[in-house]
Amino acid sequence: MLSEEERKEIEEEFKLYPHKQAAAIEAMKVVQKHRGWLSDESLEDLAALLEVSKDDLDGVATFYNLLYRSPVGKHVILVCNSISCWVMGYEEILHTLSEKLGIKYGETTQDGRFTLLPVPCLGTCDHAPAMMIDRDLHRDLKSEDIEKILEAYK
Amino acid sequence: MEKPLTQNIRTDGAPLYLKEYEQAGGYQALRKTITMTPKEVMDLVKDSGLRGRGGAGFPTGMKWSFVPMGDNAPRPKYLVANGDEMEPGTFKDRLLIEAKPHQLIEGMIISAYAIQADISYIFIRGEYTEGAEIIQKAIHEAYEAGYLGKNILGSPFSLEMHVHTSVGRYMCGEETALLNALEGKRATPRSKPPFPQSSGLFGKPTIVNNIETLSCISHIINNGAEWFKKLSLTGEGGTKLYGASGKVKRPGLWELPLGTTLREILEEYAGGMRDGLKLRGLLPGGASTDFLTEEHLDVNMDFTSVGKVGSRMGTGTIIVMDDKTCPVGFVHNLQVFFAQESCGWCTPCREGLPWVEKTLYSIEHGTGQMEDLDILSFHTKYLGPGNTFCPLAPGAMEPLQSALKYYREDFIKHINEKSCPWRS
Ligand SMILES: Cc1cc2nc3c(=O)[nH]c(=O)nc-3n(C[C@H](O)[C@H](O)[C@H](O)COP(=O)(O)O)c2cc1C
Ligand code: SF4
Ligand code: FES
Repeated sequence: MLSEEERKEIEEEFKLYPHKQAAAIEAMKVVQKHRGWLSDESLEDLAALLEVSKDDLDGVATFYNLLYRSPVGKHVILVCNSISCWVMGYEEILHTLSEKLGIKYGETTQDGRFTLLPVPCLGTCDHAPAMMIDRDLHRDLKSEDIEKILEAYK
Repeated sequence: MEKPLTQNIRTDGAPLYLKEYEQAGGYQALRKTITMTPKEVMDLVKDSGLRGRGGAGFPTGMKWSFVPMGDNAPRPKYLVANGDEMEPGTFKDRLLIEAKPHQLIEGMIISAYAIQADISYIFIRGEYTEGAEIIQKAIHEAYEAGYLGKNILGSPFSLEMHVHTSVGRYMCGEETALLNALEGKRATPRSKPPFPQSSGLFGKPTIVNNIETLSCISHIINNGAEWFKKLSLTGEGGTKLYGASGKVKRPGLWELPLGTTLREILEEYAGGMRDGLKLRGLLPGGASTDFLTEEHLDVNMDFTSVGKVGSRMGTGTIIVMDDKTCPVGFVHNLQVFFAQESCGWCTPCREGLPWVEKTLYSIEHGTGQMEDLDILSFHTKYLGPGNTFCPLAPGAMEPLQSALKYYREDFIKHINEKSCPWRS
């Protein structure tokens, strides 16, 4: 069941488009914002609200890498793996993160605190290597700074 | 040197909100615009020589002129700002979004006036969370001040503006795929014709322009077409945000006259290579442009000049490859990206890109064969222009084909030595 709040926020989005199907992505974003990810049940509820089939909606959801169809940790770490970050040594940063957290790309820590995901160029290549944790951008990364950065995300 | 796009940007990095923007002359261009006819605005932009800054360099005024005008034109018409910025190595629109949101909004209102659009969207990639909030706040300010909404500044012209934050995928930046994304669908491209100018968003006339393109518009209205032309060194019109990333001394972003040479950007602004490193090559404008080398440094960075030496200016943000970086590994990284971002619509791209990626992987990891070079060459043609539905695959082949040309001996060395000379 969608919450009252989710429903209200989605209905706000309907106003910005000529028909409600066009707000499909916005609607999924609303649910993800509240629940962290999109479960089958959420998609069914959304499909009913948007008057589309669940399969069609799932087809859209799975296309986009920032819509999560499986649960993610409390904090999502997006490590840029594109070219400027590669030149500047992102692989070492990723290695440090993996070691510290005990997870690889695509995995979530046992305690559910962090999920580690790759992301294409974050548009801050003059400060490579770069990553985002939740909404925060971290740039000019050095392996020795990783521990301290992670500490801020309880 | 005039720097209209970045002029008045605050040194503390905070956005220029309405009050400061107005104090710096903001929204004067809009006031002037509503005293002009849409055709006059369009002609002015045409005469300025402005070419799209999204990568392809299509003349902006000409693009607008394909939109049906007059009382019988289909309604509503749309204007969309493309702020997807996912081309690897590109970091220019972020600055314009985060630091000077009203310059973009004013440029969009004027552009919308020129094509008589009714509704506008700013499409921003999902990771630009702060940028999206800044734009949202600036739009709100613009509505409050009467620059957006019904009867703008008392004129008959009305315009709505909304932000759409995306949820990933490079394909969203391709303009027809972007329209599908805005309609809540998968971001696969549409066949052209019909072109978006006649049948775009929700089947209505639509113009999609890049953030930097739209940010130029108010300056053209304020200062005229001749002024804009003269900003550039080579006559293509305007300034350009140029960037450099990689192992240069001072990676960064600079607004310079369009047509500044690669050498000046890299040596004067980026400070040259880091000590102990030499320039091996560069991609002049993002991941999907052909390599250039030392011998091309005196080329003017504009659309025509870079085209003449076999590459493209693209987004104008240069990715530098030094002599301690492996060219095969470099190109492999690019192809991982392209293979992952292929939307899967057409077979050559869906199957070809992963094959290219795997072939490069095996060469890089010492299991490549000489025949692999032929396989790679074959793909540069098989996925070349005209063979796929959209420019993603041909774009992916640009750095590959030029790497095979300029760094062939490095590929061969990997194959002969059965390992990467830079890793061992
Ligand atoms: C795969 C792909 C990705 C693209 N990404 C962007 C982008 O992020 N931003 C952009 O402005 N143009 C991008 N483009 C170019 C757009 O299709 C379009 O040409 C551009 O937005 C037009 O604006 P302009 O005429 O102002 O340059 C992309 C093209 C392709 C093929
Ligand atoms: S070239 Fe690739 S990205 Fe473009 S439509 Fe075909 S499959 Fe999709
Ligand atoms: S390549 Fe990592 S931020 Fe651009």
